[in-house]
This record gives sequence, structure tokens and C-alpha cells, in this order.
Amino acid sequence: MAELDTSGGGHKKGPGVKKGKKLSTRIDLTPMVDLGFLLITFFMFTTTLAKPKTMEINMPYKDPSMKQEDQNKIKESVALTILLSKNHKIYYYEGMATDPTKPPDMKGTTFAAKNGIRDEIIAKKKNVDAMKQSGALGPKDQMTVLIKPDTTSTYGDLVNMLDEMNINDVRVYAIIDITDVDQEFIKATEIANGIK
Amino acid sequence: MPHAKLPRKSTHIDMTAMCDVAFLLLTFFMLATKFKPEEPVVVKTPSSISDIQLPDVDIMLLTVDTRGRIFFSIDNKIKRKELIEAVNYEKNLNLTEAEKNMFAIDASEGIPFSQLKSYLDASPEERKTMETNAPGIPVDTSVYAPNNDLATWIKNARNTNPRLRICIKADGDASYPSVQKIIKTLEGWKIFKFNLITNLKGVPPGTAAAEEAAAAKKG
Repeated sequence: MAELDTSGGGHKKGPGVKKGKKLSTRIDLTPMVDLGFLLITFFMFTTTLAKPKTMEINMPYKDPSMKQEDQNKIKESVALTILLSKNHKIYYYEGMATDPTKPPDMKGTTFAAKNGIRDEIIAKKKNVDAMKQSGALGPKDQMTVLIKPDTTSTYGDLVNMLDEMNINDVRVYAIIDITDVDQEFIKATEIANGIK
Repeated sequence: MPHAKLPRKSTHIDMTAMCDVAFLLLTFFMLATKFKPEEPVVVKTPSSISDIQLPDVDIMLLTVDTRGRIFFSIDNKIKRKELIEAVNYEKNLNLTEAEKNMFAIDASEGIPFSQLKSYLDASPEERKTMETNAPGIPVDTSVYAPNNDLATWIKNARNTNPRLRICIKADGDASYPSVQKIIKTLEGWKIFKFNLITNLKGVPPGTAAAEEAAAAKKG
């Protein structure tokens, strides 16, 4: 232990031998322990903070030689198109708006936990499941989310949206370039709602 | 009244054992810690529920800051040397051996090819100021665009180390088009699988992911 054996060796203590004062060699280790734990705390905090997490992302396979008719295989009824716009605003509509004569019913929402886009995704998912049950959709049909980030949106919006896909267990989703038509839809909705 | 005399006991505790434990743990944490590599810019990554660990080796990191500047880095010193050799050859940069070695030990690059030689030639202080004022690596939507420097970096890096995993570490406030250009470039090289670095956040209760996590815990 920390003490040392300070009793003199084996020699005889005669009357002529002066007795030296015995000094304790015991050291108070408390400050050293303090220091040790302080450093441990420091290293513990730095290690846990330095480990980044990642999100894996698979983009749809694209090939210029791929035929157009092979690409659009999603049914209108399973699709939910989500447009990411400026100031973290989201616009969404059912289907893919492939028919230009019928403009989609576009609604605006946010990333809020309540009454946000999450509720819409869950509702759509239930809807698709119900259609599967009733036989309107085949067993292989899956809810598909098309994410179209506008040029005014941020990377954070995109990650939030991808995260919603993970949170709500949406298996099929794709990030697609926004079209001019969609941008016009956003503008029209903004004007209709008085947003500048 | 006669008191029974209690023998006084020392309150001194032997701290040696505690000290031993403290330093044992300290040694463990010191050896286990891997310090963050020096970053060219401060990036505040967005959060997600994804908890996949980032591997330690074979990483190509593309950092994007709030202004959309792109910084490129790969981890292995030997591979960095091979990479600069290849890039030097392709782009006719006429780099000297010393400049190539400088690149090998450098952390990350945010300089277009046109300024690369003067950047590697500069003194460490100058290089630091150049790094903070760096314009970022030029990028375009097409990999064949002549000014798409990032495409050249990615192509050559993948040639030197085919196992490279591509990670995008972008700031949450970075505009989408700047990230989109990177994704387009990756798609141009037929890379459809890559990683986005995010912070970990809790799974919101009552959702499909929360139920899945609960089921995994039970089973």
C-alpha cells in the first residue's frame, strides 16, 4: 500500500544510538483521485460526442439508356408527392399530377410533430392499406412518396423528410427534381394563402 | 457517571485503491479516444433517427457548409499521395514532389485545381487563411462539365481506393441545390448509394419506427 515500512532495520537499539524522529510517509492521495476522475470525465464526454452517425441513402438507378415507359410504374393511387419549399414549408398532394388538365389539390404543412406532415403520411399509409384489403390494389403495391425539394429548400429539410420516411416505415420513396409545373403549383398556393 | 471510553478510530481512508481505479479508467479512455479530425469549416449537421455508425476507414468525406462551399477529404495518407499523383497527371498541375507530400498530410481541400499549386506551395499560416477563405471545390450537375472539379476528385479517389464509402456532411442550412449538384455528380459516376452524416435524435413515440424498436427490444 501507500505506506512504507519505516521501522529501522534489524540493528540493535542501544543506549548510545539516537532515535531519529519517525516521519509518516503516508501521502494524501485524494487530490490525485480528484484529478484522475476529472480527466476521466473529460475523455468520456469527448469520446461519446465524436462519434458521428450516418444515414444510408439509395438513389434510384438511373441510366440514360433506360426507356421512359420503364420508369413510371407507380400507380397514381399509392403516390404522395411532397414538395419542400422555402422557410421549411411543405406542400403535398395525393398522386403524381401527371394529368395536366386536373391540377392537384395541394395543401401546405410543416415538420411539426402534431398536425404536420407525419400525420399525413400515416393517413396515406392507412389509406393504401385499406385499398389493399379491399382488393383495389394488388398485394405488391406499396405506398410511394415522391420527394421534390424546391431550389429554395435547405439540405436540412431533405434530411428531415428522409427521416420521416424512416420514422413512418415508408419503404418506397424517391428524391426527384422539381418540375416547373410543381413550382407553379407552389406559387399559386402561396398566392391563394397570402404568403409572399 | 463513568463513561465507557470508545476507542477513537481514524477517519483516514486509504485512497490508493480508488486512485488505481481512476487511473485505470483514465488510461482506457485515453487509448480508446479518437479525436475529431481537423475540420475546415464548422458544420451543424441535421438530426435523424438513423443510428448506423460511421466506419473509421475508407471514407470519402464531402463537407458542405452553410454557404454551399464543398470540401473534399479522404482518410488514408498513402491513398492521398496516390490520389494527388493521379490528379496531377490528369489535370497537368505540374506539382513538385514536396507539394504532393504536402497534399498527403493535409486534412481537406476546398480549392479549385487552378489554385491548388499555389495553395500547396504556401506556408502553413498562409494555407490556413486560404482554407478559411476557400471558394470550395467547383461542382456542376454534369460529370463531363469542364469545371466539375469534384467529379475529377471522386473519380480518381475511387480509382485509388475502390472501397471508399462516400459520406456527405452538409450543414442543415445549406441550400438544397448545392447538395443536389453533389448528388448529380455522384449519379453521373453511377454511385447511387452513399451516406449522409447526421446527429442522432430520439425516435418520436407512437410511430412505426418506435414500435419497431420496441419489438426488437422484446424479441
